[in-house]
Amino acid sequence: MSSLDVARIRKDFPILNERVNGRPLVFLDSAASSQKPVQVLAAMEHIYRATYANVHRGVYWNSEQSTELYDDARCKIAQFIGAPSPENVIFVRNATEGLNLVAYSYGRHFLKAGDEVLLTEFEHHANFVPWHVLAKERGVKLKFIPMTQQGTLDLSKLDELLTPQVKLVTFAQVSNVLGTITDPRSIIDRAHAIGAKVIVDGCQSTPHMPINVQAMDCDFYAFSGHKMLGPTGIGILYGKRELLEAMPPFMTGGDMIGSVSFEDVTWADVPVKFEAGTPAFVEAIGLGAAVDYLSAIGMEAVRTHEKETVAYAIERMSEVPGATIIGPTDPEIRGGALTFTIKDIHPHDLGTLLDREGVAIRAGHHCAQPLHIRLGLKATARASFYIYTEQREIDALIEAIYKAKHTLRK
Amino acid sequence: MEDLYRDNLLDHYENPRHHGGLENATISHEESNPLCGDRIRVDIKLSSDGTQIEDVSFSGDGCIISQASASMLMEEVAGKPITDIQKLERQDVLDMVGVQLTAARVKCAMLGLKVLKTGLYQYMVDHHHS
Repeated sequence: MSSLDVARIRKDFPILNERVNGRPLVFLDSAASSQKPVQVLAAMEHIYRATYANVHRGVYWNSEQSTELYDDARCKIAQFIGAPSPENVIFVRNATEGLNLVAYSYGRHFLKAGDEVLLTEFEHHANFVPWHVLAKERGVKLKFIPMTQQGTLDLSKLDELLTPQVKLVTFAQVSNVLGTITDPRSIIDRAHAIGAKVIVDGCQSTPHMPINVQAMDCDFYAFSGHKMLGPTGIGILYGKRELLEAMPPFMTGGDMIGSVSFEDVTWADVPVKFEAGTPAFVEAIGLGAAVDYLSAIGMEAVRTHEKETVAYAIERMSEVPGATIIGPTDPEIRGGALTFTIKDIHPHDLGTLLDREGVAIRAGHHCAQPLHIRLGLKATARASFYIYTEQREIDALIEAIYKAKHTLRK
Repeated sequence: MEDLYRDNLLDHYENPRHHGGLENATISHEESNPLCGDRIRVDIKLSSDGTQIEDVSFSGDGCIISQASASMLMEEVAGKPITDIQKLERQDVLDMVGVQLTAARVKCAMLGLKVLKTGLYQYMVDHHHS
């Protein structure tokens, strides 16, 4: 039983018919990167085969066609995340680039020695390292919102952490390891009360639940296209207009200028100011097609399906002797990823043995080493789900885990 | 699958040879694999003339491939002249492990050799300078 017609959806994903090591592919690594439907592939292939030319610069039909489709994609994405206007939507390579853009452009322009950035203990390296670098370079101090035993953020001391020195607060709306869903308003309102700006890492939330950046009232919001049915190489940074206007460019070059003379340069308007060089416009258009696909299904239905899927996975995993689930076990506050360990089996050995059964999971520290230090774990295994995940795939995962335990005599 | 985690490999993992460290080591070196957190330390006791590995022992934690291959490597190098160790290569370790590894797992298997060779190399550099 599912809130989605998963059987019909699966027909749109040709890769799901492939076999791996002689067995049907059971793909449980969508949190790292999702598979792509034919609609996205077709939108991109059509451009390359029939209409391709660079955006912006040409005055002939092909270039104008590219520009129109590129602008359309920006509009669709703005609408998808509830942005007030497409001008709030900057195309970047991925969430990592979006977060770096904020750290380099906003951080280096507006933060000074003695200022503080407040993060969480479970941030992905993409929302950790750029702040570390800024801290070292500028004498900015980093502080961390701690976690509870259950793997949720401990907001009981948030007001104490939000000292007047805190100029930026940043957190993942959904943790890529723990799966924890944090209500953004529970942090944003209190951060705004002391005048801090808030950056939300939406990498693990945008693909999986309805998002409205205006209702959330975040100042910046970053996510990657490839985790939400889109191609690689395209991501989004949303920003509030007045902040984007006040920020200097991150990269400079073609396209992003107003005018260039030998003496001086002026910048193009937002968002083009932040988009130097030929953009990945075919990928942007592919992401637009992905947004169309997700919108047609409905993001509420996507979230319901994943809640059902993760609930079933938690139930099945709890039956496995020696299995420990990492992070919340309440599906209401857990996104579509289940991280776990199996007693006496290293996650890499488990990953290799599961691969022999055609089951693709992720093993390691999932680019969240500080979190693993906090958890006292070297590595964990993670199975993650999406709109095409069926219950029988969870069954295949559990069966493969039992087989691995048998092989390793555990 | 039974090929990969076959009995010999599991035996080395569960009953590692030359394991637990040396008290009077001439050389101690440790490294980890940042991608997966596998960690290995190698302690080496050199002969009095410094040309031969008198005794060797490893310790650490990580996956079966990293720990079992280190155990096999220790067995291989104990009592050998340093010049033999310098000749050891990637393929020698893969031959010891004796099973087909995917690219990601080859890194696990190579950690022991990397630690052993780097430790020896650093010792020789320091030794020549003193």
